[in-house]
Amino acid sequence: MERAKCIEMIYPELEDKLVVTIMGACAQELYNLGHRENFFYLQHAMGLASSIGLGLARHLPDERVIVLDGDGSVLMNLGTFTTLARYRPTNMIHVIFDNGSLLSTGGFDSQTTSGITDLAAIARGAGIEHVASADNELQFGEAFLEALELDDLSVIVAKVKAVGPDHYGMDLELPENAFRFRRFIREKKQAAAP
Amino acid sequence: MPVSYENSKVIFEGIKAAGIKSVSALPETWLGLLLQRAEDDPDVDLIQVAKEEEAIGIAAGAYFAGEPHILLMQNHGFLAAINGVVSLAQLYGIPLCMLIAFRGHWGEPYPWHTRGGIVTEEVLRALSIPFELARDPDKVAQQISEAYTFSQSSLSPVALLLTRDLMED
Repeated sequence: MERAKCIEMIYPELEDKLVVTIMGACAQELYNLGHRENFFYLQHAMGLASSIGLGLARHLPDERVIVLDGDGSVLMNLGTFTTLARYRPTNMIHVIFDNGSLLSTGGFDSQTTSGITDLAAIARGAGIEHVASADNELQFGEAFLEALELDDLSVIVAKVKAVGPDHYGMDLELPENAFRFRRFIREKKQAAAP
Repeated sequence: MPVSYENSKVIFEGIKAAGIKSVSALPETWLGLLLQRAEDDPDVDLIQVAKEEEAIGIAAGAYFAGEPHILLMQNHGFLAAINGVVSLAQLYGIPLCMLIAFRGHWGEPYPWHTRGGIVTEEVLRALSIPFELARDPDKVAQQISEAYTFSQSSLSPVALLLTRDLMED
């Protein structure tokens, strides 16, 4: 299964959600489908995408937050599972694309290669109740739809191939992305205010 | 020396007076009484992290959400959070208002705090993070309010170092 296919599959569902992605391939593959103002690409600070997601979800209870994460990033912040479990943002879905590789930084194997480390088991062990693993597109699609229907925190670990896009580059400066993402949220809140 | 009950209260009231109701923290001794107040106050949302760098992400999320937020940590926690400070907050222009317990400085009896204490100010300078020392309970509320205002106008991390004078009786 390819991450790009998974992202393409859920792309229509992301239209009305707040989306935070990690750096590199994941960000680029989402961007290539068409940038939206509700997308924030965390192009560095590996590990913090889910922490940003928690900060968003906790303070915007009427929004759904989707975090598109990766094994290399999550491995840098395993404590995030424990904080997510403790505060249980019911409006957040944490998708982890596990390619067993630090693909964007040279393709070295990560600790999840060949199933040595099981991120889904770690998430469960941290106390997250709804954790799904997906090995193919059908399983991923089902897990994502199930998570959307659930009014609770979900983690989906999707095993994907270690392949990325054929080019990198966005017509979007990093602070510009932050400013526009914040403005999008503010305007949406203002529009919803009575 | 015991942690100052009165000054912990003054700092907590200062945070609330600055209009901040969202707090992330990793508990440590000097912050204990302060965090107890945050936990007991129904108007304040306290998020305890497992490691301080998480709080940088949470603060960014709160900022995007338009929610005034303050981070409480020990200086060693700040040292552990630096990549998030640099490569999330500074890179993207996201303000952080950090209250940092300044351990390992004048009067420090514990050897394990000393190295972190000695380097804290120089690390803040190296990162171009504006900071002030908070020593006087009569001034700390204003310092918190000013730190928050400056973080928002400069879109930058700002630190207020809570000193022994303030935190211990």
